[in-house]
Amino acid sequence: MTQGTKSRIDIKNVSKIYKTGSGTVEAVKNFTESVKDGEFVCVVGASGCGKTTLLWCLSGLHPSTLGTVEIDGEILNAPMPGKIGMVFQDSNLLPWRTLMENIELPFQIKKKPINHELVEELLEVAGLKGFENSYPGELSGGMKQRGSIVRALAQDPEVLLMDEPFGALDAFTREEMNLFLLKVWAKTKKTIVFVTHSISEAIFLGDRIWVMSPRPGRLARVVDVDFARPRHIDLQFEPDFISILKEIRTEVEGSKAGKGN
Amino acid sequence: MATDNLAEKIPDFNGVAPIQGGGPVDVSALASVRRAKGFKEISKVLLLGILVVTLLEFILIWTKTPLYIFPRPTLVIKSLFHDFGPLYRQPLLQTVQEFFVGLAFGASIGLALAVLVTLKPGLDIFISPYIIIMVTTPMIALIPFLMLKFGFGMTPRVIAVALASGPMVMINSATGFRRTNAELIALGKSYGATEFQLFRKIRFPFALPMIIVGFMVGSIFGLLTAVGSEMVGGGGGLGNRLVYFSSLVRMANFGAVLVIVATFGVALYSFFTFVNRKYASWQV
Repeated sequence: MTQGTKSRIDIKNVSKIYKTGSGTVEAVKNFTESVKDGEFVCVVGASGCGKTTLLWCLSGLHPSTLGTVEIDGEILNAPMPGKIGMVFQDSNLLPWRTLMENIELPFQIKKKPINHELVEELLEVAGLKGFENSYPGELSGGMKQRGSIVRALAQDPEVLLMDEPFGALDAFTREEMNLFLLKVWAKTKKTIVFVTHSISEAIFLGDRIWVMSPRPGRLARVVDVDFARPRHIDLQFEPDFISILKEIRTEVEGSKAGKGN
Repeated sequence: MATDNLAEKIPDFNGVAPIQGGGPVDVSALASVRRAKGFKEISKVLLLGILVVTLLEFILIWTKTPLYIFPRPTLVIKSLFHDFGPLYRQPLLQTVQEFFVGLAFGASIGLALAVLVTLKPGLDIFISPYIIIMVTTPMIALIPFLMLKFGFGMTPRVIAVALASGPMVMINSATGFRRTNAELIALGKSYGATEFQLFRKIRFPFALPMIIVGFMVGSIFGLLTAVGSEMVGGGGGLGNRLVYFSSLVRMANFGAVLVIVATFGVALYSFFTFVNRKYASWQV
C-alpha cells in the first residue's frame, strides 16, 4: 500500500534460549527478517512454535539471547516507551480504573499531559464514545479489547506489537475487531506485527505472513498477501484467499509433529 | 506461553500459580459471607437471634441451671449495662490499646517484608521459614518469656500481638503482589514504568483485596493473642477479667466480658468486610 521502503524493524539472526528446570529450550532460532515502515506483518505457526517469544523479543522486554533487533536502526535492549505499543490477548485493562483512567495510565507513568484530541478521535473510531467512565467489568470482551488498542495507540507509537489480541473473542466479534483494526491501521499508518494462531485472520489482515516452524522456532516461509485494500469481510470466501489458506495450512501441518490448531 | 516465561519468582505461600487475567478472586471464605439485605431479611435475622437468646433463657430457668454453670442471658445483659463503667471499660480500653499498637507494628513490618520479598525474590527462602514458624506457633507461648524481659505491663502483649498479626499480613500481601498478572507488569514496563510506579499503579491496587484479607485474618489472630496473653499473666485487660471472674464464679460478669470480646471481634470483621467492599469492589 502506501508504506515506505525504509525498514522499521530489523531482526538479525535472533535466537532466544530459555533455561528451564530440565535444561534449555531454544524457543526461537536464527530468525532474520525485517518489517517495513507502515507494514502489517502477521506471524502464524503451530502452538508453541515461538511466535509469541519472537514478539517479546521485539518488545524489548525480553531481549534476544543471540542476534539483534533494531528499531529505526537503533539496537533494542530495553522497552522503548512511546515508540513500541503492546496489545495482549487479554485486554489487561486495570479493573479498578475506568476506561478513561486506563487510557490515562501510560501518560501518568510518563508524567506527560494526555493527548485529548487523539484519544477522542480513537474512542470515536472504536465506538467507545460514552463509555469513558465505565469500568472494564461493565464492558463486553470486544469493547475491552478495543479499549486496550486505544490505550496503546493513544501513545502514538511507531510500532504496534499484538499478541493474539482477538484470540479470546467469539467468531463474530473477531470479524468486527479485524475490520476495526484495519480501519485504525489505514488511518494511523502504524507498523504492526500481529501474532495469531488463525491463518485466515492473518491472511485477511496482513501484507505479509511469516510462517514459523516449531521447536526451535524458525522462519519456515514468508507469504505475500496482495489483496487490494480496503478489504471486505467476504474476501475470505474468494478462491485466491482459500488457496493461500491451504498453502499455509499445509506448511504449518507439515512442519510440526503434533496436533493441529 | 509468554506469561510462563514472564512469571517472576516471587514467593507464593499458598502454592497457587499466578492467575492470569482478573483479580485474586478467591480472596477468602472469610470475606464472602452473604450479607442480609433489606429490612425484611435483616429483621428476620434479628428475630431469630432474639428467639435463640430467649429460648436459652427459658431453658436455663426450666432446668434450674445454677448460675455458676451457665449464666442466664438476662443477667449478662443486665451486667453489661449496669457494670460497664466500673467493671469493663478500663479492661476493654487496655485490650483495645494492646491490640491496635501491636497490629500497627506487626502489619507495617509484615507489609514492608512483603514488598521486600516481592522486589528481591531471592530473599524469600531466607525469610519464609521464620514466617512459617511464626504462623504455626501460638505466640501466646512466648508470653512467659516476654514477661521475664518486659515485665507485667502491656509491652509483652503488644509484642505478641505484633508477632501474631504481622506474618498473616505479610503472607497475604506477598501472595497478592505475587499474583499480579505478569502481563500487567509487562505492560507497565513497556510504558517505561519504574519499579516504584509498578508498585503504586499496578501491584498495590491489584493486591489490595488480598492485603485487606491479610489485615482481617491478622487482626483476628491479634485479638486472640491479646486476650490469650492477658489470660496467661500480667495485669489488666479483658482476658485477665475472664480469668478473674471465673475464678470467683461471677458468671454473669464473665458472660458480659465474653460478649464484649465477641463484639470486638465481630466489629473488626465487619470493618474489614466494609473496607473490602468499598476499596476492592472491582474484583468480581
